[in-house]
Amino acid sequence: MQAIKHEASVVSGTESKTVEQTLPARTASKRRFPSLESADTSPAVRLLVPAIKTVVPPLLGLALLVLVWAVVAKSRGGLPGPLSTWESAKLLFADPFYRNGPNDQGVGWNILNSLGRVGIGFGLAALVGIPAGFILGRFAFVSAMFAPVISLLRPVSPLAWLPIGLLVFKAASPASIWVIFISSVWPMILNTAAGVRAVPQDYLNVARVLRLSEFKVFTTILFPSVLPHVLTGVRLSIGVAWLVIVAAEMLTGGVGIGFWVWDEWNNLNVEHIIIAIFIVGLVGLLLEQVLILLARRFSFGQGV
Amino acid sequence: MEKFVELQGVGKSFDSRKGRFVALRDVNLTIRQGEFVSLIGHSGCGKSTVLNIVAGLYDPDAGIALCGGREIDGPGPERAVVFQNHSLLPWLTCYGNIYLAVEKVFGQRENKAQLKARCEAALALVNLSHASDKYPHEVSGGMKQRVGIARALAMEPKVLLMDEPFGALDALTRANLQDELVKIVEATQATVVMVTHDVDEAVLLSDRIVMMTNGPAATVGEILEVALPRPRERLALANDSAYHGYRSAVLEFLYQKHLRPAA
Ligand SMILES: Nc1ncnc2c1ncn2[C@@H]1O[C@H](COP(=O)(O)OP(=O)(O)O)[C@@H](O)[C@H]1O
Ligand SMILES: [Mg+2]
Repeated sequence: MQAIKHEASVVSGTESKTVEQTLPARTASKRRFPSLESADTSPAVRLLVPAIKTVVPPLLGLALLVLVWAVVAKSRGGLPGPLSTWESAKLLFADPFYRNGPNDQGVGWNILNSLGRVGIGFGLAALVGIPAGFILGRFAFVSAMFAPVISLLRPVSPLAWLPIGLLVFKAASPASIWVIFISSVWPMILNTAAGVRAVPQDYLNVARVLRLSEFKVFTTILFPSVLPHVLTGVRLSIGVAWLVIVAAEMLTGGVGIGFWVWDEWNNLNVEHIIIAIFIVGLVGLLLEQVLILLARRFSFGQGV
Repeated sequence: MEKFVELQGVGKSFDSRKGRFVALRDVNLTIRQGEFVSLIGHSGCGKSTVLNIVAGLYDPDAGIALCGGREIDGPGPERAVVFQNHSLLPWLTCYGNIYLAVEKVFGQRENKAQLKARCEAALALVNLSHASDKYPHEVSGGMKQRVGIARALAMEPKVLLMDEPFGALDALTRANLQDELVKIVEATQATVVMVTHDVDEAVLLSDRIVMMTNGPAATVGEILEVALPRPRERLALANDSAYHGYRSAVLEFLYQKHLRPAA
């Protein structure tokens, strides 16, 4: 029953789309008489047309990517094509959480291990970076004091910090966490500080007229006002952290998606490397989307 | 009547990149309790600066500013301010914005129910009970400004200070809010200082209009006593010759005696 109904609405949906495109005058007159609108377009159609319009272009783009990939794979011997990669992915994800000793674990464990390291390094960076940003934004003296230090250290390539980490911590995992920390702390410091400096004077004047306590000023004005900037910093940081983890793990080994890529390269399993590229991209995309949603939730119509 | 707010020889300068800028020099003004006083003058003459000195947001660097016989030492809720661009906190609802003020001023002495009643009464005063749970970005500019006024009134201030409260609104909304303000002020007998650059607004609302000369070193030029009887009615005043007399007096001051050279 439901399946039939669904099919019917799909058919009428494509029909009415072509009608709307060829007869703009008629749609315009329909807008003036809303009672007519419900007479010849069903609500399902009105939902479907925009959905098609938003889904089709990205799908076309992805299809183009796969096509280019297939053509390149055909003309170059070593690169596996989309089909063989798909077959290999099906096998891989049939059992993502197996464990055959410390150096042979399922891809799921590798991803989780990398996410864990990013989480710890990034969490420590947030713990240090966000309060530091508040202090730098609130006190011009401290800001002037640390400006040269930050300008000097921030442009350093994240991997340049790896030897220092290995030297100090004498172990691979803490060293890659250290690299994540040092490369993701700057965007949080700088964005938080900029957010504190951008708190509108009007809001602070409201606080002064009410004689709010420092604590109340922080919780009701400073914090909510700076929050969207903090979340921008967090989003940039997590992007950097996820970029860096693959490279750091390639150099240090252990269990993790970067190490896994390196391992598969040594096994000459190129399908798995391509799959890893897709996984890294997808996880990065997911992290970004979650943070964009969060930022929207806390922007309070300020259009951040 | 008692002198309530008093400025004696007040001067204020600002340090800018081009050097020291003297905004106000030798401003003398007294305001009685229950009086509605407007400050009018060309843009940039120093109206907001005078208001901010009474609010305590600026310190005068010459002369003294008194309120209720005591020197004004910083801002405080007994001198509530309605800011030019509403300055509601966007992460609090209309109710929440008023509650923040009410809780701070009355929270020590009153219980939750009493505070709630105060907030609701303030919203009802500006006809916004229905928008209580809306966020500022969900309501119109006029409604935001009304919430700003409700927040200030809910603090039961000794003086209500308003900086071009209706400046950013369209003419119809502005007229409606002016009429509401007339009623509120007549009902609460509040002491009000309002900055404006709208001549009709000044005449309609004020007991006295303080006309300021142009800056730099602006000061009080003339003071016009508006003896129109209250309650005042916009439509009735439209054909009132006394009203038009006051109106032309202000216009004459602004556009004949102190015309600002085109900037
Ligand atoms: N915080 C400030 N710093 C420097 N100059 C200021 C400051 N506030 C006001 N001024 C200057 O003082 C003069 C009067 O300003 P203001 O009181 O805001 O004028 P009005 O409210 O009448 O338009 C202007 O020339 C303005 O540039
Ligand atoms: Mg002003």
